Amino acid sequence: MTSLRVEDVGNKWLPTKISLNAAVGECMVISGPSGVGKSLLLRAIADLDEHEGRVSFGDSLCSDLPVIDWRKNVGLLAADSAWWSEKVADHMPKISNEQLEKLGFGKEVMKWSVDRLSTGEKQRLAILRLLANKPSVLLLDEPTANLDPDSVQKVEELLLEYCRNNPAALIWVSHDMAQAKRIADKRYHFDEKGLNEVES
Amino acid sequence: MNMISLTALDLSITALLVVALAILSLKLQLGVTRQLIIAAIRTTVQLLLIGYILKLLFENVHLGYMAAISVIMLLFAGREVMARQTHPYKGLWGFGMGTISMFLSTFMVTLIALTVIINNDPWYTPQYAIPLLGMMLGNTMTGIALGLERLTQAAREQRKQIEARLMLGHSGKQAITDIRRQSMRYGMIPIINSMAAAGLVSLPGMMTGQILAGSPPLEAVKYQILIMFLIAAGTGFGTVIAVVLGSRRLFDERERLRLDRLRK
Repeated sequence: MTSLRVEDVGNKWLPTKISLNAAVGECMVISGPSGVGKSLLLRAIADLDEHEGRVSFGDSLCSDLPVIDWRKNVGLLAADSAWWSEKVADHMPKISNEQLEKLGFGKEVMKWSVDRLSTGEKQRLAILRLLANKPSVLLLDEPTANLDPDSVQKVEELLLEYCRNNPAALIWVSHDMAQAKRIADKRYHFDEKGLNEVES
Repeated sequence: MNMISLTALDLSITALLVVALAILSLKLQLGVTRQLIIAAIRTTVQLLLIGYILKLLFENVHLGYMAAISVIMLLFAGREVMARQTHPYKGLWGFGMGTISMFLSTFMVTLIALTVIINNDPWYTPQYAIPLLGMMLGNTMTGIALGLERLTQAAREQRKQIEARLMLGHSGKQAITDIRRQSMRYGMIPIINSMAAAGLVSLPGMMTGQILAGSPPLEAVKYQILIMFLIAAGTGFGTVIAVVLGSRRLFDERERLRLDRLRK
């Protein structure tokens, strides 16, 4: 199985050097106290912050690849989606109508202004936007933290389905213990001492 | 030319007006009295000093002196650009970026004006070269300072949007393209506005000065138009260069947004 390998990744913000291995088709959930550096770890893996150590996917080392190719393959999703233009369509490349329908949107959503979307709608569209790159690894930084229960369920289904079918490796940061139990193939705890697997 | 020479007495009378203003602002507790007096003294000293330097340069025409004074003016302008930033770039870049952009645009435009248009002998005749360069630098400095300020402020404010694009695999250049365009526009607006309002709302300072000094109005106007065009070109090109350099500096070779390269 192809996997994302993180070896001794650290920088001045992370508490320790971190190593992990995430195989495609698997969902890894990371929990832990806030402020310890979970988001920073995901940022380092996506190469958004300077870091030491090695990050690779399959045979390709992050530092050997053009960073744009790396980020298209290793996609990071933030808790709050950010939008830089007025219309939804300005942010969305090549999305099929079926994909939109699966998430409960009609094709007219592309003409909407971002302002009229709810938080839940924004997050679902942000996921579509990210999945359009066909990433093999998804780094999910509390993707459902600000959503209502109905949207949480939709997002979980969408992401897990992508994980199994594409297949893709999911690294999912979550504070919600019930959610962690629901979705995780493997569970990890991240604190000042580092990243440790939780026996279930 | 009938020029009425000003005496020390004339200047003293106008200085009294400033003193009166200082007394009024003291009474009103505006808290600017000190600054006002210091600024008035600085104006007097600095202008007298430059007057003597110009006199000296006019009497000793030499390319070396001209080069030296140009570089000094450029360095002061570069420092001023940096001083006007809320979050200037750290290290040499803070000073270097504005200075390089000003050098490329103002020196080139001034050189063209002196050699092709004014075409005096020698081309670096200080009477033309120094005022031209001074006006170019002064205006370009404002444009560059505004453009860079807009760029760095917007990058800080829109960090989330920029990084969201980077996360999706956009390049830094793509991610900052809107902000970049905005910042360039921002730097150019003042000169566009002053060209549009020239003559209707304001009589430009240079032209007014020439007329006061006795030049025929139409000659003064022609010079003013020339200067306006030169300033527009210098400011525009300078702002574009500075914003391009500045926006590149905001990203590193791995397309990461590097706000840590700006001072807090």
